[in-house]
Amino acid sequence: MDHNIVGKSVTRLDAVAKVTGKAKYTDDFFERDMLVGKVLRSPHAHAVVKSVDLSRARALPGVAAVFTALDLPKIKFATAGHPWSLDPGHRDVEDRLILTDKARFVGDAVAAVVAEDALTAEKALRLIDIEYEVLPHVLTAEDAMKEGAPLLHENRPGNVVSSFGVQFGDVEAEFGRADHVIEGDYETSVVQHCHIESMSAFAYVDADGRVVVNSSTQIPHIVRRIVAQALGLPWGRVQVIKPYIGGGFGNKQDVVVEPLAAAMSLAAGGRPVRYCMTREEVFIDTRTRHAMKLHLKTAVDADGTLRGIHVQLLSNTGAYASHGHSIAMSAGGKFRPLYDFASVKFEPKTVYTNLPVAGAMRGYGTPQIFFALESHLDDIARRLGIDPIELRRKNLIKVGHQDPLTKNVVRSFGIPQCIEKGMELIRWDEKRRAHLDQKGPRRRGLGMALFAYASGTHPVALELAGARIVMNQDGSVTLQVGATEIGQGSDTVFAQITAEVLGLPIGMVHVVTTQDTDITPFDSGAYASRQTFVTGIAVRKAAMEVRDKVLEVAARRTGLAPAEMDIRDCRIVETALGRVVCSLEDVAMDAYYDRLLAAPITSDTSANVRINAMSYGATFVEVDVDVETGKVEVAEIWNVHDSGTIINPRLAEGQVHGGVSMALGAALLEQMLFDPQTGKALNNNLLDYKLPTILDTPRINAAFVETFEAAGSFGSKSLGECPVISPAPAVRNAVLDATGVAFHKIPLYPQVVFEKFREAGLLAQRSVDHV
Amino acid sequence: MFDICELHEPGTLEEAKAILAENPGLKVIAGGTDVLIRLQHGSLAGAGLLSLKNLHALEEIVMLGDGTISVGAMAPFTTIFQSGLIRRHVPVLCEAAVSMGGPQVRNVATIGGNICNGAVSADSASTLFALDALLKLETSTDERIIPMGDFYAGPGKVNLRPGELLTAVLIPREGYEGMGGHYIKYAMRKAMDIATLGVAVVCKVREDRFVDLRIGLGVAAPVPIRCFEAEAYAKGKEVTPEVVQEIARLAVKPAKARTSWRASKDYREHLIEVLAQRAVAEAVKRGGGCCAD
Repeated sequence: MDHNIVGKSVTRLDAVAKVTGKAKYTDDFFERDMLVGKVLRSPHAHAVVKSVDLSRARALPGVAAVFTALDLPKIKFATAGHPWSLDPGHRDVEDRLILTDKARFVGDAVAAVVAEDALTAEKALRLIDIEYEVLPHVLTAEDAMKEGAPLLHENRPGNVVSSFGVQFGDVEAEFGRADHVIEGDYETSVVQHCHIESMSAFAYVDADGRVVVNSSTQIPHIVRRIVAQALGLPWGRVQVIKPYIGGGFGNKQDVVVEPLAAAMSLAAGGRPVRYCMTREEVFIDTRTRHAMKLHLKTAVDADGTLRGIHVQLLSNTGAYASHGHSIAMSAGGKFRPLYDFASVKFEPKTVYTNLPVAGAMRGYGTPQIFFALESHLDDIARRLGIDPIELRRKNLIKVGHQDPLTKNVVRSFGIPQCIEKGMELIRWDEKRRAHLDQKGPRRRGLGMALFAYASGTHPVALELAGARIVMNQDGSVTLQVGATEIGQGSDTVFAQITAEVLGLPIGMVHVVTTQDTDITPFDSGAYASRQTFVTGIAVRKAAMEVRDKVLEVAARRTGLAPAEMDIRDCRIVETALGRVVCSLEDVAMDAYYDRLLAAPITSDTSANVRINAMSYGATFVEVDVDVETGKVEVAEIWNVHDSGTIINPRLAEGQVHGGVSMALGAALLEQMLFDPQTGKALNNNLLDYKLPTILDTPRINAAFVETFEAAGSFGSKSLGECPVISPAPAVRNAVLDATGVAFHKIPLYPQVVFEKFREAGLLAQRSVDHV
Repeated sequence: MFDICELHEPGTLEEAKAILAENPGLKVIAGGTDVLIRLQHGSLAGAGLLSLKNLHALEEIVMLGDGTISVGAMAPFTTIFQSGLIRRHVPVLCEAAVSMGGPQVRNVATIGGNICNGAVSADSASTLFALDALLKLETSTDERIIPMGDFYAGPGKVNLRPGELLTAVLIPREGYEGMGGHYIKYAMRKAMDIATLGVAVVCKVREDRFVDLRIGLGVAAPVPIRCFEAEAYAKGKEVTPEVVQEIARLAVKPAKARTSWRASKDYREHLIEVLAQRAVAEAVKRGGGCCAD
C-alpha cells in the first residue's frame, strides 16, 4: 500500500527540543514558595512502628511539616496503572498506605518531612524518633510460603498474592503419550528500569482548592484516580499534569510518588512541594522486575513435535502487590500464540516477600518466561539431537490460530520469515560450521530465540483511547491524545497517522505533548505496547472525522460531492481529474468565519479497541566467550521483528536499540543484590548496579519483516516492549553453543560463569597452594 | 546543596599549607569526585573543606633534571593521559588514567585525590606502585618524600600526617626507563566502574631475558600490593610461556583476596593468575621482548 508519510522516517517531533534542552521535564518547573519533601525509610525489612516522636524534627527551623501514617487517612489503595475495573473481583490488590505503619522492606517509607530546602529536610529526617518492633522477615518466595513464615499482609495466608492459573488440553495425558518428557529449571534476577529521569512529582493546592500534581508518569489519568482514592478525595478534585518524561519502562506505569507528594502539600497548607527521589531511592522504593523461578516440563516426540507443556512459575513480588499476579498471567499468555502445544498447564504463584516491590517493567513477565522457554527448547533440541531452529519451525502456529483461552486470533504471523532473515543476516550456517570443535580460552558461539507479544491488553483489560483534533485557520491541525509520549516516539507516530489521513505535510500537524487530565482526552496511558495499535486507531478515527468535515465544507464551496474530492498536500482536489478546486486554508477559513455556516472543524473521539494483534520476532546472536575470565561479549546481534507495517523505520530501530541493550544488561550484568541476613539492598546505585555503558553495548542490528495486520492502523502491530524479550535466551543459547555449558539463570555474571566453567572442567584447577 | 560548615579556597600552596596547619581537621577536596559523594551520602556531614582547585601549579607534569617525572597532585586524569611526556615515557600510566570513570570524571578527578582517598581499587595506585613511584608530602614547615608502599595504611586509610598535603607524585628514571608496561583493569564494565582487579606490570627484557619486572596489584589485598616473590623469580630468567606462567602463579602469593558480594576469593585469585599472565605477556611485547607460545 502506498503512503506519503506512514512508513517514512519522519524526524521525531521532540528531537530538537530534547537535544537543545528546551524540553521541560517535571523538575524544570518551579512554583513560588516551593518546598522540598523527603522521606524517612525503615532500616528493617519487617517491623511495626511502635511509637513516633516528631517533636525534635518539627522544632527544626525551616521545617514546614513532619508526618507519619498516623497523620494520614488510613485508606489502603492499589498502585498498579491499570484501568479501573467496574468488577470488584478484577481490581488490583489494595495493600498500600501513603506512609506505612508497618515496614515490609528495608526502605519502606514510614515518615515524611517538608522543609524550605533539601538540606533542612535531610537534617529533620535525622531528628525523627521512631521505635520499631522488629519482626522476622523472608526474602525468597519459597521461604515466604513455608508454614510458620512471617506474614506480610494479614489477608494473604502463606503470603501468596494469587495462584490463579490457566490450562487447556490434558497435559498429563500428553506426558503419558509422548516419546520424551523433558524438564528444566530456569531463573531470572531482580533488575531495575534505570530510566534516566528519576521518579519525581510536585504538588500544590490551587486557587479552587483542588490538588494539582505534576508528575513524570506514563499514566496521568490513572494517577488522578489513584491520588484521589489514596487521599479520599472526589476524583474531580485532582488534576494531574505530565510534561516531557525521561523514560519510564513500566516503572512509571505505577503510582509511586504522587499520593505522597500530594499529602506533603496538604500537610504544608497547600504550598507547592517537590518530591524527587535520589537514584538510591529509585532502586529501592519504586518498582523492579519480578525475579521468577520456572519449572518447565514438556512432552515431546522423538521427531521434535511438542505435545504439551506444564509451566510452574514462582514470582517474587516483594513487599506489596503492585501489578502483582497480572505479570505472571501476562507471562503465561504470550507463548501460546507462538508454538502449537496441544495442551498447556500454567501454574503461577505470586508471592510476597520482604524485598523492594516488583511491578511493571518492559515486557511484563514475558522476558522471564521466554528466557525459560527458549532456553528449554535448546536443551530439548540437544537432548533429541535436533537442530534448535528445526525444532522451533516444526512447532509454530499458523495464521488463523485462535488462542483457546483469550480467543485472540492471529491474523499476521511473520515468524518463518524472521527466522529466515535472521539466519541469513548473521550467516548462521557458515558460522555454525566454523565454530565446531573449538578449544582454547576464546570461543565463539551462535544462539537464537523467538518471542511473541501482544498489542495492548485485550481481552484482559479495557483498551480505551481518546483523540481530539482541532483544525486551525491555516489548515494545520492540533492533535491531543491521552496517550503519553515517554520517549518511544508515539507523538511522532500519531502525527504521521493524522498527516497521512488528512493529506498534510508533517509540519502541519501539531501535537500537544503535555497531558493534563483537565484538558486531555481520556486514555489509560503508555504501557502494554498499546499506543500505536490502540491509540493509533483513535487518532485515525479522529482524523477521518476531520477529513469528512473538511470535504463537507469543500462541497459547499465547490458544488462537488464530498466523495468526489480528496485532500492532497493542503489542497482540495477533484479526485478523478486531479484538479485543485480550493486550498485547505480556504476551507478552514470558511469553517471559522462564514457568517452563516461557521463551525470550526474539530473531532473528539475515542476508540474502545476490542481486538488484539500478536507481534513476533527473533534474536540471532554470536558471542565471544573468554573462558578464563568468565566474560561473555556479544560479537554480533540481530533482532528481527514482525510488528506489521512499520510506521516510522528510524523510530522503530530506536526501539530495538534500546530494548536489546536493556535485555543484554539483564542477560549479562544487571541484578539487584540484597544482604541475605538483613534484606538491605547492597548495590542500589549506578556504580555497583552494572547497567551497561555505551562501551559495553555492541552494535545492535534491527531488521523488520513487514506483515500487514488487518486489525491495526495501516497494518501496524506493537513494537515497544518486543525487543527486550528474546536477547537473553539467545545469548544463553549462544554460550551453550560455544562451550557446551547450559546456564539456567541470568545474568551470566562473570563470577557465576567462572564457577560453572570450572565445574564443567573448562578451567584447570589452579596449581597454587598458597595461604 | 551540601552539608558543609566552611569552605576555604586558597590561591597558593603556601596559603593552603598555612590554613591546614591552623585547621588540621579540614577535609581536603581536590576534584571532588569522591568527597562530594561522601557528603551527599551524609558520611562527611558538617565537614569543613579545604579546596585545592585554585592551585594550578599543582597540575603540572614535568621532567626534573635527574629524569624523574613529577606529576602534580592536582593533575586530572584527562591531563595525565593526554600528556605528551607521560605518553612518551610512561604509557602504562596513560592506560591506568584513561581507565578511570568516564570522560566527565576524568576531567576533574585528580591523581592526588585518587591516591589520598586510599581506595584499594584506585587505578593509578597499582600502576604507580609498579613504577616505584614516590610521594612528595608537604606541611607548612616540612617536606618528606616516601615510597608508595609506605603511604597505604589500610582500606581507605593513608599515612597523611596532620597538616600534610600530597603535592606531587615522583616517578624516578629507573622506575620507567626502558620498561614495557601494561595495565589491565578488570571490571564488570568497560567504563564508569571500579576494578574487580587491577594488574599493572612493567618490565625490561634484554636478549630474551627479564632484566627487571615489577607487578602491582589493586583490589588483591586491603591495600595495593607488589608481587616481590614473582618479581625476584623473574629476574634473569629467559622469557618463555612457562616462565610467564610461573610468574603469574607466584603473583597470587602475596594476595589477601576476600569473598564479598562483588566477587569470591577463589575467583579473585583465579583472575590474578590469568590476568598477571596476560599483563606480563603484553608488557614483554611492549618492552621489546617476545613471548611466543
